[in-house]
Amino acid sequence: MKTDMKRRLFLKASLATGAVGIAAGAGLLTPRSVLAAWNTAAFGAESVADALKAGMGSDALTDSAEVMLDIPKNPENGAVVPVAVTTTLSGVESIALLVDKNVKPLCGIFYPGKRMKPAMSIRVKVGESANIIAVMKSGGKLYSAKQAVTVTIGGCG
Amino acid sequence: MASKSIKLKAKTENGETTVKALIKHPMETGRRKDKDSGELIPIHYIKEVTCKYQDETVLTTELGPTISKNPFLSFTFSGGAAGETVELTWLDNKGEGETASATIS
Repeated sequence: MKTDMKRRLFLKASLATGAVGIAAGAGLLTPRSVLAAWNTAAFGAESVADALKAGMGSDALTDSAEVMLDIPKNPENGAVVPVAVTTTLSGVESIALLVDKNVKPLCGIFYPGKRMKPAMSIRVKVGESANIIAVMKSGGKLYSAKQAVTVTIGGCG
Repeated sequence: MASKSIKLKAKTENGETTVKALIKHPMETGRRKDKDSGELIPIHYIKEVTCKYQDETVLTTELGPTISKNPFLSFTFSGGAAGETVELTWLDNKGEGETASATIS
């Protein structure tokens, strides 16, 4: 009788911890937003200047040879334009990618952690032949590079 | 962890780890029309992608709908050894998302 009671207790306890375990697991597996707020103003902006002011704090750009873009000149299909950006700058806080002729120019903002090299490769959509602009924020200043691309098939329609 | 939407690879070489991620997602701009019905396809895109290495955030991104369909991302961070894991999470404007992890090779 006594052992049976213990068995009951043990079963109850293990069931309880099991439920907790599942709950904790679910919490970990469900992706949650890590950003305070997605930058609606920057992504909704319809000009490069507005997007930069909202997303990077300023639209005062310094052309820099230290920001390097690697984009095919004639990507043809505007829906998939591979963009690679690298830099020799140090202390890069954020990287923004923009396409100046797109209705909403801002493609994305990247925040590299301490470990990460300030370099990215990603694919963007280009609506019509345009300039692709990369902006890097370092020491409170914005450094940029741009490259013109010609697309024969627009990628946003 | 097997993931339906994320293909994640991480490779270490000379003290640096390169992460490559391919996420399956339509990335609709909200400006495209359905060919049959002529109606606009509702906007649907990934808003953010985060990558972690050993619980340390390596990269945070804010993305817009002008990122291409099935986004591909590649980047490099210092450190990382074979057998350790990296974790990638995405979240879209409908609140859907997924997390996947990969072992560094």
